[in-house]
Amino acid sequence: MNDARLRAEDVTLAYDKRVVAEHLDVQIADGSFTVIVGPNACGKSTLLKSLARVLKPQSGAVYLDGQAIASYPSKQVAKQLGMLPQSPIVPGGIVVEELVARGRFAHQRLLKQWSPEDEAAVTEAMRLTEVSDLADRFVDELSGGQRQRVWLAMALAQQTPILLLDEPTTFLDLSHQFEVLDLCAELHEQGRTIVAVLHDLNHACRYATELIVMKAGKVIAQGAPAEVMTAQQVEDVFAMPCRVIDDPETGTPMVVPADRHRRRGARTPEAARA
Amino acid sequence: MTATLEKRPAKRAVVRAGAFSVRLYPRALIVGVVLVLIALTMALVNLTTGDFPVPVGEVLKSLAGKGTAGTDFIVYELRLPRVLVTLLVGLALGASGAVFQSLTRNPLGSPDFVGLTTGAASGALIVMLIVGGGGLQVSAGAITGCVVTAVVVYLLAFRRGVQPFRLVLMGIGVSALLEALNSYLIYRAQLNEAIAAQVWLIGSVNGRGWTEVVIVAVTVVVLVPLVVHYGRHLKMLALGDEMAVLHGVPVERSRAVLALAAVSLSAGATAAAGPIAFVALAAPPLAARLSSSPSSGILPAAGMGAALLSAGDWAAQNALPGNDIPVGVITAALGGVYLTWLLFHEKRGARA
Repeated sequence: MNDARLRAEDVTLAYDKRVVAEHLDVQIADGSFTVIVGPNACGKSTLLKSLARVLKPQSGAVYLDGQAIASYPSKQVAKQLGMLPQSPIVPGGIVVEELVARGRFAHQRLLKQWSPEDEAAVTEAMRLTEVSDLADRFVDELSGGQRQRVWLAMALAQQTPILLLDEPTTFLDLSHQFEVLDLCAELHEQGRTIVAVLHDLNHACRYATELIVMKAGKVIAQGAPAEVMTAQQVEDVFAMPCRVIDDPETGTPMVVPADRHRRRGARTPEAARA
Repeated sequence: MTATLEKRPAKRAVVRAGAFSVRLYPRALIVGVVLVLIALTMALVNLTTGDFPVPVGEVLKSLAGKGTAGTDFIVYELRLPRVLVTLLVGLALGASGAVFQSLTRNPLGSPDFVGLTTGAASGALIVMLIVGGGGLQVSAGAITGCVVTAVVVYLLAFRRGVQPFRLVLMGIGVSALLEALNSYLIYRAQLNEAIAAQVWLIGSVNGRGWTEVVIVAVTVVVLVPLVVHYGRHLKMLALGDEMAVLHGVPVERSRAVLALAAVSLSAGATAAAGPIAFVALAAPPLAARLSSSPSSGILPAAGMGAALLSAGDWAAQNALPGNDIPVGVITAALGGVYLTWLLFHEKRGARA
C-alpha cells in the first residue's frame, strides 16, 4: 500500500510544545471516501491539517505522489489537493461569488486571471452547493449554514482530485447535512479521493468506503465500516456502551447508544466496585 | 455623499484576448481614473498658485516646452518639484496603507500606527540634531529609521509566525517609545535646530526639490508595480494564512515581499516629505468605499492618496492668505475627523 497518493509517514504533530500525535502512519487509499472518526481532541483535525500541509509535522513527513509534500511549489499541491477548513476567517465586504472565485487562485496566472474554465468551475461549484442565489450577498451577512456551503463551494471551485473536509456538516440542518454528504459521495463516484472528519458515526458508516478510527493521537483501526464499527470498538474509543445494528435503510453499521440508566450503571465507580 | 458610500456589491466585467484574461470591477476602474484626474487637476492648480500667480495657459505652455524664461523658472524650479513630490508621496502612502491594512486585516494597521512613520522621524531627527546632517542625509536617516523600526516591530510581534493583531499592538507600543525619544531629541536641541526639526516632523512638501522627486519617484516606479503584481496574493492572505496555503500562496514569501515593499514605500515617502499623517490610514478605505469593492484595491488607494495630498497641499497654501502652512497640518486635521468617524462606526459594529 506504499503507493497511495497521499500518506503520512511517522509524523509527530504538535502545536508548539503540545504534542497531539506521535509517530503516526496513515495511508489514504486512492479513490476512497475515507472518514476519520474519534473523540474530541484525538487529533483528527490535526492529522487532516498536516495532510493538507497547513500544519508542518515536527518530525516525519507527509508524501504526495511519493514526494514530500513540503518540497513541492505550493501552487502545484493546490491543484491536486484542496481542503475545507473548520473555521475560516470571514472576510468583510466581499460577496459570495467573489469569494468562490478566489478558489481558482491556483489555476490562475498574472496574464490569465479569469479563463472560461475559471468561470465554469465557479458556476458549477455554486450550483452544486446551492449558493447560486446568494451570489451577490455579502459573506459576513450569511447564516452559519449558508456560509458553510459557500466555503465548500470555494473548495470545490479549486477542482482538486483529492478533497479534505474538516467537519463539513457543522452548522447545517439535517437535510443540508445529507445534501453535503450526498455531494461528497457523488464527487467520490466521479473518481475523487475524499477525506472527511465527521462526528456522527452513523453518517460515517453510511458514506465511508474506509474508516479511520483515532483515539489520543493514535490510529486504533482502519478499514471498511462493517469491519471496524463494532460495539466493542465504540465502547473502547468513545467510552460509550452501545449496540451496533444494521441500518434499516442502507444495511451499514448503525450505532445505537445504550439507555441512560444502563450507561450510568456501567460507568460509575460504585457500579465498577460492586 | 452618503449614498455613494453605501455598501453595495460590485459589478464585474471580464476582458479576454487569446490566452490573456482579466476580471475587472468597472466601478473601481472608474473611481481610480476619476481620482487620478482629480489629483492631476489639483496638481495643475497648484502649479498656477503661489506668490506669483501664473495663468493655466502659461503653465501648460511651459510644460510643453514653449514657456518664457520667467514662467519656466517658476514652474520647473519652484513649483513642479513640489507638485510631483506631492503626487508621488500620495501614491506611495496610499499604496503602502492598502497593503498594510490588508496584511494586518485591521483598518488601524497603517504605517502611521505601527510605528513606521515615528521610526522614520527618529532616524531623521538623529541625523538633523545629533549627526548634524541635512538634505539627502536626513532622507537616508528617515529610511534607515523606518526600516529598523519595521524589523524591531516584526521581531517583537513574532511568535509562531506573525499574528496581525499582535503586530498592530506591538507597533503602537514601539511607536509610543519612539515618540518619547523624538520629544527628548527636540528638547535637548538648540532652539533654531529644534524649530527646523519640528517643522520637518509635521510633514511638508514646501521647498522640496528634484532630489526629493527622484527619491520618491524611484520608490514608486519600482515598488507600486510590485505590490500590484502581488495584489492577488494579498487578497488570498486576507482570508487567513491557512486558506492562503490551501490555495497555493507561498505565504511567508508573499507576505515578506509585500511587507518589505510597503515599508519601503512608506520610507521613501517619509524621506521626501517628512511624516505626513493619516493619508496612508484614510486613503485605502475611502477608495474601497467609493469603488464598493473588497479592500486591498491598491491602485484606487494610491490614486486616492495622490488626490487627497494634492488637494491638501492646495488647501495648505490657500487656507491662510499669505501663509504657506505644511500640508501635514491639513492631513492631520482631516485624518482626525476620519479616525473619529471610523472608531464611532467600529464601535457600532459596522465594518470599515
